[in-house]
Amino acid sequence: MTDALARPTSVLLLGGTSEIAIASLHALRSPVLRRVVIAARPSAGRDEVVTDLTRAGFPGIEVVDFDAADTASHDHVLDECFASGDLDVVIVAFGVLGDQSDFEEHPDHAVEAAQINYVGGVSVCLRTAARMKKQGHGALVVLSSVAGERARRSNFVYGSTKAGLDSLASGLADSLHGSGVHVLIVRPGFVHTSMTSHLPPAPLSVTADDVAAGLVSGLKRGATVVYVPATLRVVMSGLRHVPRALFRKLPI
Amino acid sequence: MSAAQARTLTGWGLTMPSRADVLSVYDEAEIANAIAHAGGRGVLARGAGRSYGDAAQNAGGLVLDLTTRRTFDIADDGSVTAYAGVILGDLIPELLARGRFLPVTPGTRYVTVGGAIAADVHGKNHHRDGAFGDHVRWIDLVTADGQCRRLSRDGSFNDQRIFYSTLGGMGLTGVIIRACFDTITAPTTAVRVDTDRFTDLDSLMAAMVSGDDNYRYSVAWIDGTAKGAKLGRGVLTRGDHAQPDEMVGQMAKAVPTGAAPKLASPAVPVSPLNRLSIAIFNEAYYRRAPKHRAGELQGLAPFFYPLDVMAGWNQIYGPGGFLQYQFAVPDSAGEVVRTSLEQLGSIGAPSFLSVLKRFGPGRQRSPLSFPMAGWTLAVDVPTRVDGLAEVLDSLDELVLGAGGRLYLAKDSRMVPATFERGYPQLAEFRAVRAELDPHGVFTSDLARRLQI
Repeated sequence: MTDALARPTSVLLLGGTSEIAIASLHALRSPVLRRVVIAARPSAGRDEVVTDLTRAGFPGIEVVDFDAADTASHDHVLDECFASGDLDVVIVAFGVLGDQSDFEEHPDHAVEAAQINYVGGVSVCLRTAARMKKQGHGALVVLSSVAGERARRSNFVYGSTKAGLDSLASGLADSLHGSGVHVLIVRPGFVHTSMTSHLPPAPLSVTADDVAAGLVSGLKRGATVVYVPATLRVVMSGLRHVPRALFRKLPI
Repeated sequence: MSAAQARTLTGWGLTMPSRADVLSVYDEAEIANAIAHAGGRGVLARGAGRSYGDAAQNAGGLVLDLTTRRTFDIADDGSVTAYAGVILGDLIPELLARGRFLPVTPGTRYVTVGGAIAADVHGKNHHRDGAFGDHVRWIDLVTADGQCRRLSRDGSFNDQRIFYSTLGGMGLTGVIIRACFDTITAPTTAVRVDTDRFTDLDSLMAAMVSGDDNYRYSVAWIDGTAKGAKLGRGVLTRGDHAQPDEMVGQMAKAVPTGAAPKLASPAVPVSPLNRLSIAIFNEAYYRRAPKHRAGELQGLAPFFYPLDVMAGWNQIYGPGGFLQYQFAVPDSAGEVVRTSLEQLGSIGAPSFLSVLKRFGPGRQRSPLSFPMAGWTLAVDVPTRVDGLAEVLDSLDELVLGAGGRLYLAKDSRMVPATFERGYPQLAEFRAVRAELDPHGVFTSDLARRLQI
């Protein structure tokens, strides 16, 4: 149970090696946190994350094998995660960015990205929601992106996967209203991470820690959508209404 | 039996909402049936929902509402036999008509008999009369096996253990369905009150140490916004029930009842309380009090239940809710009171309800009963104050270091280790629970959070 000061006792990271997920975990750390579940594919990167978290003194670290694309395994994985106790916060943090020109050249790669980002997201969001409803409380955090708000020429495949996920989470938030389960959609702009290190930074770019801070504040306030940075809410609201002929030519 | 209804429940602090199936139950058979059919998330009885945190919630599970049965009986000797859902306020006019009053009453009359026992509530007379549980003759408790047991301090050794564990047991030993408790003499509907105002904490605490024993009731309101030399300035009100001869020529005093108050606090999207308005309120309240006034006759309602005049006053802190930090420390650790006020002041935690009391000895045989001889401070704070978590965590350490503890009926944020250290007889409670309820069918959000 998350306490009166919005501090969770347990957190599950789906896509537990993501930099934003790890930053969020640090931001959610408090003396009441006693269980941390890292769900990710077995890898050297995952081992490193676990070593770092252990060294940082996080209590109750558990590691679960999780492959976002293998939706047939998700029921089993989530059962395992919920079996040893309630989960106060579940963060859906996995996702691939890909490369737009590669996607256009190899549609199979685009389908793969959609399988992970969207199909995998649908699978874990719905399955987590059902389990949280049963436990009568909890927060499901979905890491979306402003790229999903209006697909851009430069990354519309990635954008469309996030658009689908965001849309699902938005509907889920409404359907869970009054169920004791809170859905929070986090829409960051350009985030400086290893996933984006090869890209030129966009205006209003942020760090993983900024996203984590936005996420924590959204949880505290019980918000459904947070933008990081917050000013993007206004920017995106404007961009949605830019005429297509003009939008197409914008250098974004 | 009516059908269960899914409801989102919170405590009085309006924090930590959780969803449960709420079922109205009327008698032993219905309760036993509900227990037998409780799912994996267990079952818990809920009274009036006046505990501040998550004590009366059971997320994803079953919550039994016992407030539909509100009958009671008052015997010639003044003892009350009541169903658990009876509101204390409903008893007051009937008791006063017989020259009696509740043996112990918390700061609100809108609590149930079952809740008063489960939280082992205390009042302004703890130093003289102990906690509510000290006046309970017997309890009818439906346990996990579906049996209804009559428990008292004179039963078999094992029944005594269950009895004492149920006093303050937060509903985790079973469902209290009925109880019998003694009352005290109250010849009139008034309280004779002495009021004293103190310019600083030391003089206030010194007066309480030297003088409280001369009064049945004593409580100090502290200006939670005063700093520096004025830190802990406050108003001490002490008194006892007035005698009939004192009432000659006096207007009759209104009798508090269980009926809902006429004034209602509006649900506000933004709290009108902020540092400034609370500081102004505190300043005004402090100045309104006389330096010294003896023998004033007050009605029972304004004396015992000043906040009950406004329904839903808990909403005044805004949608983020609030918490109440209440600790008890031994006499030797009076400085923890000062440090708490200083540290909460340092983050500008605005409080318009800070209350200091002295406790008499606690009840050793009740493992989870809160009171212990010494001081108890209760402070209301909105949850959105920056730095609140860190300050309260550090105050926990001071309280524990002094051999003190936090009150479960108020808690919404401590860690399991703080709870465990504060209640050294927890092992006895766990042993009783393990024997009575081996599968842990009785549970609550509080029990899960603190791993009780």
